[in-house]
Amino acid sequence: MKLSVNYQIALTHILTRKKQTLVAALGVTVGIALYIFSNSIVVGVSTYSKKSLFKSAPHIRIYSEDQLSLPLATSKHPQQIPVLINPQFANRSRLILNSEELAKDIASLDFVEQVAPYVKVDLFLKNGKTQVKGVADGIVVAEADAMFNIAGTLLAGSVQPISYAPNAIVIGKGIAEKLNLRLNDQVTVVSSEGVSRRLKVVGIFSTDTKDLDDSKAYMNIGTAQKLLRESPSEITDLYVKVRNPDSAGYFSTQIQQYTTYKVEDWQTSNAEQLAQNKMLGTMTPLISFSILLVAAFGIYNIINMTISQKMNDIAILKANGFNAGDIIKIFVSESLIMGSAGTLAGLLIGTILVTLLRNVYIGPPVGYFPVQLDGDLLISGSVFGMLVSVGAGYFPARKAGKVDPVTIFRK
Amino acid sequence: MYQPMKNNVVLATRSLEKYFHDPVRFKVLDDISFEIHTGEFVTIVGKSGSGKSTLLYCLSTMDTNYSGELYIQQQKVTGQKPDTLAQIRNQSIGFVFQFHYLLPEFSCLKNVMIPALKLGRLSYPEIEAKAYDKLRMLGIADQALKDASKLSGGQQQRVAIARALINDPAIVMGDEPTGNLDSKNTAIVLDMFRQLSEEFGQTIVAVTHDNDFAKASQRTIEMADGRIVQVLNN
Ligand SMILES: Nc1ncnc2c1ncn2[C@@H]1O[C@H](COP(=O)(O)OP(=O)(O)OP(=O)(O)O)[C@@H](O)[C@H]1O
Ligand SMILES: [Mg+2]
Repeated sequence: MKLSVNYQIALTHILTRKKQTLVAALGVTVGIALYIFSNSIVVGVSTYSKKSLFKSAPHIRIYSEDQLSLPLATSKHPQQIPVLINPQFANRSRLILNSEELAKDIASLDFVEQVAPYVKVDLFLKNGKTQVKGVADGIVVAEADAMFNIAGTLLAGSVQPISYAPNAIVIGKGIAEKLNLRLNDQVTVVSSEGVSRRLKVVGIFSTDTKDLDDSKAYMNIGTAQKLLRESPSEITDLYVKVRNPDSAGYFSTQIQQYTTYKVEDWQTSNAEQLAQNKMLGTMTPLISFSILLVAAFGIYNIINMTISQKMNDIAILKANGFNAGDIIKIFVSESLIMGSAGTLAGLLIGTILVTLLRNVYIGPPVGYFPVQLDGDLLISGSVFGMLVSVGAGYFPARKAGKVDPVTIFRK
Repeated sequence: MYQPMKNNVVLATRSLEKYFHDPVRFKVLDDISFEIHTGEFVTIVGKSGSGKSTLLYCLSTMDTNYSGELYIQQQKVTGQKPDTLAQIRNQSIGFVFQFHYLLPEFSCLKNVMIPALKLGRLSYPEIEAKAYDKLRMLGIADQALKDASKLSGGQQQRVAIARALINDPAIVMGDEPTGNLDSKNTAIVLDMFRQLSEEFGQTIVAVTHDNDFAKASQRTIEMADGRIVQVLNN
């Protein structure tokens, strides 16, 4: 099909002022490239930090919150005297009762992928005279490993012995270094309840997080229960993995209907870190948006200038039967051509920049710079670039559509 | 009182009246009524400031700010929407200005083609062939591919005439089409108009200051102070 006459005119205008067109298009290019680049960084970094978060934290955690004790007896009758004692944190409140039933209920929800029971014990690990304060997770190996891939973090040994050996323990690299422990060495643990056990190191792990490596240990869930002087059915935490972690907040309110224990999603537990990501995530689009605004102004300017130089042409076209809509189409097409050329170049340059950054090695634990360029971003970038360009062209074009040819011819 | 028109009337006005308000209110067109028939060559003359151009802009549908009525090809044009008027201009009117207004960045050929491309009745090659025909008729086919801005004034005016003719309009209107030309080119353009009228029966309405031009036409309408003061059949 032959190009419409309006479009042919637009194209001629553009081709006869290549330099100005190029400058206007370049503005869009810079805006879009920066939009792609900065958003890839935001997405990459937040995906990275989420991923590293989920290495040890569950999507949703169910636990028993410390509660203040109630007055011993409240008065039900005006003549009765209420008995008050100083409120204090109730003792032994960290257990979840009936955990198996609760776990089953939760596991049957369709958004839940997995539920894992945990027994958390605060303890000291000792070797000779040195001791380290730590937290041990009493785990069901299959469940915990499926959720956090513990096996994948091991430097030496294996997690499997935990499932059958009550005296097996897996410790972080930091603990091993401080206590000078090696695989198959014995370590003494003393729990906050004062229970002591001698365990054998069957594995040493290393994660990206120093805190974990310096304090975390895994052991059989039964052993942890014994360290807490608890019976085998009582646990301290239920970890829940859901299908869509971003909706964890909503899911946690769903789960809350099944239990009176505290249900906490990862967003709430890590609000501080997320706030930083959010700040980054709000700022970068704002920056690229303001650059695009400048680009839009560039397009607006050149279209405006073209129009004021082409008043005669507009009058001639109108005298020859072009209507206001045709005139608008001509100049909007011009901004669209500039905008799409600029956008295309911007997408290309943005993608190149992202690729370059992806190959920048930061060093452990991050590795290569975490950038993520989704197809969505390219689409939103193009839509954005085109919208801005068309918008910038439309307003001067509308003015051109209203030009009265007689006034022009009389000059 | 409505009087039915004869069906060979292409252009008719009924009591056109127009005021300008700036700097003071004055009547620039006063009770202008006339009829122009198919194939007629009519010139409008009068002193500078008598309202000739103003009248022509009203006739061309570009100026709608008047009272009275305007008919083109028996259709009432007064009060039509701007888009309809644009279509009427495109289809039924060819306009030639004093200053050979061409689009400077386009070739002569393209300038001639543009109104036809807008009309969209013919295919691109057909329009191209037709534009060449018109340029040939006006003796400037050899300039077809040059940029319009690179031609002499006389040549440009001939391109403008070719453009006015491309859609086979019912009326060709001209506002001093020879006003800006030297005597040689004036003669050529006048010849063109005469030929269009005599050989092709083209209806022409042209404002002119040129006596030879007026004498070449079949009827001359003389204006003074916004009124028709005399009509001469040559
Ligand atoms: N936009 C306007 N506002 C106010 N007065 C105007 C305007 N346009 C034209 N006039 C006045 O209207 C009168 C008629 O102008 P017009 O251009 O129609 O005259 P003309 O007969 O074509 O003259 P010329 O032979 O010089 O071209 C003149 O007095 C002119 O000054
Ligand atoms: Mg005039």
